[in-house]
Amino acid sequence: MEKTGAQILIESLLKEKVEVVFGMPGGPALFLFDEMYKSNLNFILARHEQAAVHMADGYARATGKTGVGIFTSGPGATNTVTGLATAYMDSVPLVVITGQVVTTVIGQDGFQEVDTTGITRPITKHNFLVKDVKTLARTIKEAFYIASTGKPGPVLIDFPGDIQRAKCDYVYPDKVEIRSYKPTIEGHIGQIKKAAQIINASKNPVLYIGAGVVISKAEKEVLAISQKAQIPVTHTLLAVGAYPYNDELSLNMLGMHGTFWANKAIQSADVIIAVGARFDDRCTGKVVDFARNADIVHIDIDPASISKIFKTDIPVVGDAKAILKKMETFIEKKERKDWIAKINQWKKENPLRYDENDDKLHPQYVISKLSELTKGEAIVTTEVGQHQMWAAQYYKAKHSRLFLTSGGLGTMGFGFPAAIGAKSVNPDKEVIAIAGDGSFQMNMQEMAVCMANDMPVKVIILNNQFLGMVRQWQMMFYDKHYAHSCLAKRKECPPKCNTPNNGKCPAYLPDFVLWAQSYGAEGIRVKSKKEVELALKKMLASKNSVVLDVWIEKEENVFPMVPAGNALDEMLFRFHG
Amino acid sequence: MRHVISVLVENKPGVLARIATLFSARGFNIDSLAVGETEDPEISRMTIAVGGDYSVLEQITKQLNKLVDIIKVSDFTDIQYVERGLALIKINATKTNRAEIIQLASIFRTRIIDMASDSLILEVTGDKDKIEAFIKLVSVYGIKEMCRTGEVALSRGELK
Repeated sequence: MEKTGAQILIESLLKEKVEVVFGMPGGPALFLFDEMYKSNLNFILARHEQAAVHMADGYARATGKTGVGIFTSGPGATNTVTGLATAYMDSVPLVVITGQVVTTVIGQDGFQEVDTTGITRPITKHNFLVKDVKTLARTIKEAFYIASTGKPGPVLIDFPGDIQRAKCDYVYPDKVEIRSYKPTIEGHIGQIKKAAQIINASKNPVLYIGAGVVISKAEKEVLAISQKAQIPVTHTLLAVGAYPYNDELSLNMLGMHGTFWANKAIQSADVIIAVGARFDDRCTGKVVDFARNADIVHIDIDPASISKIFKTDIPVVGDAKAILKKMETFIEKKERKDWIAKINQWKKENPLRYDENDDKLHPQYVISKLSELTKGEAIVTTEVGQHQMWAAQYYKAKHSRLFLTSGGLGTMGFGFPAAIGAKSVNPDKEVIAIAGDGSFQMNMQEMAVCMANDMPVKVIILNNQFLGMVRQWQMMFYDKHYAHSCLAKRKECPPKCNTPNNGKCPAYLPDFVLWAQSYGAEGIRVKSKKEVELALKKMLASKNSVVLDVWIEKEENVFPMVPAGNALDEMLFRFHG
Repeated sequence: MRHVISVLVENKPGVLARIATLFSARGFNIDSLAVGETEDPEISRMTIAVGGDYSVLEQITKQLNKLVDIIKVSDFTDIQYVERGLALIKINATKTNRAEIIQLASIFRTRIIDMASDSLILEVTGDKDKIEAFIKLVSVYGIKEMCRTGEVALSRGELK
């Protein structure tokens, strides 16, 4: 039967079982939106395109399914760029559709025309410009296939106005075959055996797991190997929750703000088994000194991730779950009492700590309490900065996909919309955005979406009145020159102020409590440690969206820390000013 | 070190841009690039000469393979292959040295494709080294203008 391009798109989305679409209409997408008006596609209207892509991203990270967004051309498309880049860096499957000026106008600088496929080429896994309606159905099928398979990522379809209107016979293909795109799933058995041999012969092995483990649902396989051969496990920021936090073999997170014992273990290891992790510089510290004495086994579905940063000794290309399952049969049972004792010693030597016993309002306390009250079962999202690191250190997520954060790109403004995306299909789950006061202001307009769609999201602002991570670096590495990192600063402040605790700071803008109330959400301010627990309980008990504005210590720093350029075991535990 | 990579790609709009974007985004250097249809009109072959050590080459090959429109990437570094490029060189030629230039041109099996009162255009084909040697030789006469193609390359057939 003949259908218009717009009808084909919407029916294809429904055939792909798309539960929810985020986005915003506009000129060259109007015909498509008119078709949406007639359909029962579940569409959530965001207030900014960037936020809408983060919503789709949050949905995808929480569910493991492909997130979808629909936007208009020009500024609508350019506003998606940060969202696409965020998803691209963290391998999140998205299909993003943008309207485009009619094909006869493309290239003539039409109103709201921009070279969308050109702009998004380096930040998408693939993109398409549809110039013939007859290719549309296949393009959509391919887009979903490419986005969700192999190393997942965002795929963009640029959809000109005249193609939305053009008609053709519609058949949605039920399978897809792309001769130039065939991800390797099964690992090479010879490589798997070699890896197992090296692991069996090792004394001090460490498993280093990343987002790939979550994507391929290989948590059980990681656990099985680590328990069988008694291999300690450290995880990246994107794999929080993938390994049981309190297990004896858990090293928790490694890297710049990882634990002392994870970093020590890496540096003392004789074999590192990297699974679905890409040796990001925030994980490795100074690359030449990373795991100095270790052979590297690297399991990854993306061949380009292997030997990108340094030479891998045993690469195994393929799906983590498939490979680990096979590998487990070749792995010998081991005890490794000495190795584990050594790690426990490091744990005792330098545990994660803050001044728990004073009366000050420390952010770590807030996160620890939240973790305790939610039992680590809530979906937590974060923005980017100090609060993100505290959350990663102190929130004990019970399993994967409960801790959603922008790792690779480090996108401020990600967390709140991502929480909305996660909440959109999890009405009964507690979804909490942990934010800094700086990050939150980058996409806080989306509170309207929570209220309008009855999707209560809880927001905890760890408010230090600063771009906190910037301030921390300025304190530690730039002689306390707080150059444009104070968010309370006004015209009348001393220009070079670096004494935010002098009691003379002007009132913070905005008043987050009044701001929340203006949306009909609840606003709660917390200014002392003793109020924290009650406020958190009140927040969790509420059926409404809540903004908890927690006035934490202004100059609290994130520790431990590996300063940029240092080796992983050259860590700082406090600031010696 | 110079490496020649032969890349089979879908003959679709935007593919060259994808490859160019990849090279610039990842900081790889292209020495030369030649693109053309193959025996199958749906497939183009790109011959890319790149500089860098083996680890750079490995990354380039892998990153190229990751692009969805790329069908096959072959690295010619360790195999037998033939390559040819072409250069058009307009050089100064006076009555007195014209004969000398023509003689030189014939040794290199180049062709004279334009002759004017004070210049002539030579067409030289060959691998990169030959073309560069020739350019160096004729540069003493003064090169007025020059243009070069990227090299194209094919792996040699098997001898049975």
